[in-house]
Amino acid sequence: MAVAIILLLVAIASVAFHLFSPWWWTPLASNWSYIDHTITLTFWITGAVFVAVVVFMAYCVLRFHHKEGRRAAYNPENKRLEWWLSVGTAIGVAAMLAPGLVVWHQFVTVPADATDVEVMGQQWQWSYRLPGKDGRLGTSDARLVSPDNPMGLNPDDPNGKDDIVVQNDDLHLPVGKPVKVLLRSIDVLHDFYVPEFRAKMDMIPGSVTYYWFTPTRTGTFEVLCAELCGAAHAQMRSKVIVEEDKEYHAWLEKQRTFAELSSPRSVAKVIYKTGSE
Amino acid sequence: MVDVPFDTVAGIPPAEVGEVDLYHPKSWWTRYVFSQDAKVIAIQYSITAMSIGMVALVLSWLMRLQLGFPGTFSFIDPNQYLQFITMHGMIMVIYLLTALFLGGFGNYLIPLMVGARDMVFPYVNMLSYWVYLLAVVVLVSTFFVPGGPPGAGWTLYPPQAILSGTPGQDWGIILMLASLILFIIGFTMGGLNYVVTVLQARTRGMTLMRLPLTVWGIFTATVMALLAFPALLVASVMLLLDRLLGTSFFMPTLVEMGQLTKYGGGSPILFQHLFWFFGHPEVYIVALPAFGIISDLISVHARKNIFGYRMMVWAIVAIGALSFVVWAHHMYVSGMHPYFGFFFATTTLIIAIPTAIKVYTWVLTLWRGDIHLTIPMLFALAFIVTFVNGGLTGLFLGNVVVDVPLSDTMFVVAHFHMVMGIAPIMAVFGGIYHWYPKITGRMLNEVLGRFHFWVSFLGAYAIFFPMHYLGLLGMPRRYHDIGETAFVPASAHDLNAFMSVAALIVGFAQLVFLFNLVWSLFKGKEAGGNPWGAASLEWQTPETPPGHGNWGKELPIVYRWAYDYSVPGAAGDFVPQNEPPAGLLAQGAGP
Repeated sequence: MAVAIILLLVAIASVAFHLFSPWWWTPLASNWSYIDHTITLTFWITGAVFVAVVVFMAYCVLRFHHKEGRRAAYNPENKRLEWWLSVGTAIGVAAMLAPGLVVWHQFVTVPADATDVEVMGQQWQWSYRLPGKDGRLGTSDARLVSPDNPMGLNPDDPNGKDDIVVQNDDLHLPVGKPVKVLLRSIDVLHDFYVPEFRAKMDMIPGSVTYYWFTPTRTGTFEVLCAELCGAAHAQMRSKVIVEEDKEYHAWLEKQRTFAELSSPRSVAKVIYKTGSE
Repeated sequence: MVDVPFDTVAGIPPAEVGEVDLYHPKSWWTRYVFSQDAKVIAIQYSITAMSIGMVALVLSWLMRLQLGFPGTFSFIDPNQYLQFITMHGMIMVIYLLTALFLGGFGNYLIPLMVGARDMVFPYVNMLSYWVYLLAVVVLVSTFFVPGGPPGAGWTLYPPQAILSGTPGQDWGIILMLASLILFIIGFTMGGLNYVVTVLQARTRGMTLMRLPLTVWGIFTATVMALLAFPALLVASVMLLLDRLLGTSFFMPTLVEMGQLTKYGGGSPILFQHLFWFFGHPEVYIVALPAFGIISDLISVHARKNIFGYRMMVWAIVAIGALSFVVWAHHMYVSGMHPYFGFFFATTTLIIAIPTAIKVYTWVLTLWRGDIHLTIPMLFALAFIVTFVNGGLTGLFLGNVVVDVPLSDTMFVVAHFHMVMGIAPIMAVFGGIYHWYPKITGRMLNEVLGRFHFWVSFLGAYAIFFPMHYLGLLGMPRRYHDIGETAFVPASAHDLNAFMSVAALIVGFAQLVFLFNLVWSLFKGKEAGGNPWGAASLEWQTPETPPGHGNWGKELPIVYRWAYDYSVPGAAGDFVPQNEPPAGLLAQGAGP
């Protein structure tokens, strides 16, 4: 009796916790509402199965609990029941998998009008690079990393000259425009993770990975590293600021290109500035 | 009088080969220390695994103290926290669960359940344990070397595992990899033994389809481990070479603390594929023995045959096979080609079907049973609750696009602890309460046992069920301190503190369990040979605990499956596997 009640309470408490606890996903700030819908669907199906199994167990414990003179039934197999259950399970699984794969197809298909934005991870900070007027990012290589060129950009690549480099600062993005985030690392694995965008992907030294999304509301969002990257993993933070087009362009104007940053004069200026502080 | 050869009775085949004499111990040393008796080796494996498991338990307390009350304990710094999570994970998955299920339960139960006198290669079996012990010693030594144990997470992903930004990259990682290599060598010796024993040393009449499901689970898991561990072995060797000799198997051109290294041309993703080609089957290497044990516990304590035995066997084999084609579902956001996601999500969700079938057969075995709520039965019920819970959240993480927001968050931590931490541990406890009387001749204390059960089950559930929701919120894993983070409300910190308190209480209950193990050895109630009224062969030994050679003069002969409970017309509510059919009893013989 007590065992059956406790089993029942476990099921009820789990459902109640799910419905009433204050801990839930952050308000969405990207186009990936489909992901949230798929999670919701999965919660419904799996929740129903969990409750059904636990309640059935509680019923069995209550009803078939050992009493003097009780004898168990003898039924080794029931082919029909076994098939029926297998088919039912397969349908439930398909109901989750099919929408999942459809959404995944969208997730891996980058729209043609998406703007490239590069995010580079290194222990333990983030850097960003936006294409300049030509709309193309120049090449890069970890071998070129130096104090003057911390992102390892290729100085001989004409596409890279006008690239806008954002270091030790936040990334700004215009609202409503699809972005293809190109992810790169120069040391270990990192993962560019903004909970409100739902998307995430590891960054691997030696390759460029990507994902895409469209920011759907303005605001400031915290960037975390989601792939263990060493001692200061938890402190590897930054911010993404999503804003209206006008403000975004005002910010963009103030940023400096790779060519500006790497010309001797600007280097001198930076040194002078830091020296005076 | 005509001498009818016994062998022709009831279709039992004659013995094909004569018995080989066992090596009988001649001294205390060869009886208790360098023993070749699988039962002694099983106990050695179990004690070693549980001892190192205690270390992992203490590490989990330290982790929970840090997470629940960040900044309060000055003796835990971020580096140590990473070392704690790494060692906790590695110990629990490999040195505790794998060793305990296969080395412990496997060694004790396989020969007894199949009706053999011992494992087929007793000497190699002994060697297996000593190499395992050496692996554990090397593992423990990492705590005492300069720089301490590795802190790269239990997955040991390069490049960071061997670079200077990670704690323990000096000595710790080298010893860790050496210890893994030793473990795999030791396991292979034991594993070959288990497989050959099940295939070759079954007693007469013990067909494969009469094996108890515990043996099926352990057997399939061992075959899988023999196929999966080599991937970890080569990954460990290659990573060791990268670390020691400067090869670049897993190391692309990269910068270490601002300095360009000599590495170049390797692939970090390759390591992940090798690791998870081992790592995913590993989940089932731990789960399948638990499935088998739970099946037997439910059947015995509900006094009912297991429902759908043949379906169960095929489900175990199907899960074993499928688990080799799902590994990359651990890598959906690793940066591998995104189209892999379609394939691995599909295979992963397909594996849910045979797994669900197992759950159905357990609960249908309870239905119309005669359920004795003994401690093993309670643990079996708790196993089903936690396993179903953890299995269902696997459907979130296996479904590639749902995994994207949840990957690398506390949701994952909650999921795998529920499904391959708590659930298998429930099976381990259930198994120990169930077989302890056979191993020692005494029952474990009932009051302490029930206390241990309720605190462990409800406490563990209270830790890991709410943890999913922190992950849903977006809280990443492997953070020693989430700190000031805009999207994390203050209430999340309270929840963390609650989970930490629950973890400390659950940990305390394990000390009660250990006390019970020792206390009952001397003061426990006398058990007799078959206290649960179980039908399978290990309960029919002439002595309890069974002597060396298990069966006295004559090997048992098996006439039926292991699940003849409450057979209509039979006198008692169970018929032992080795009871010859007579009259009405013959109808009871199952498939």
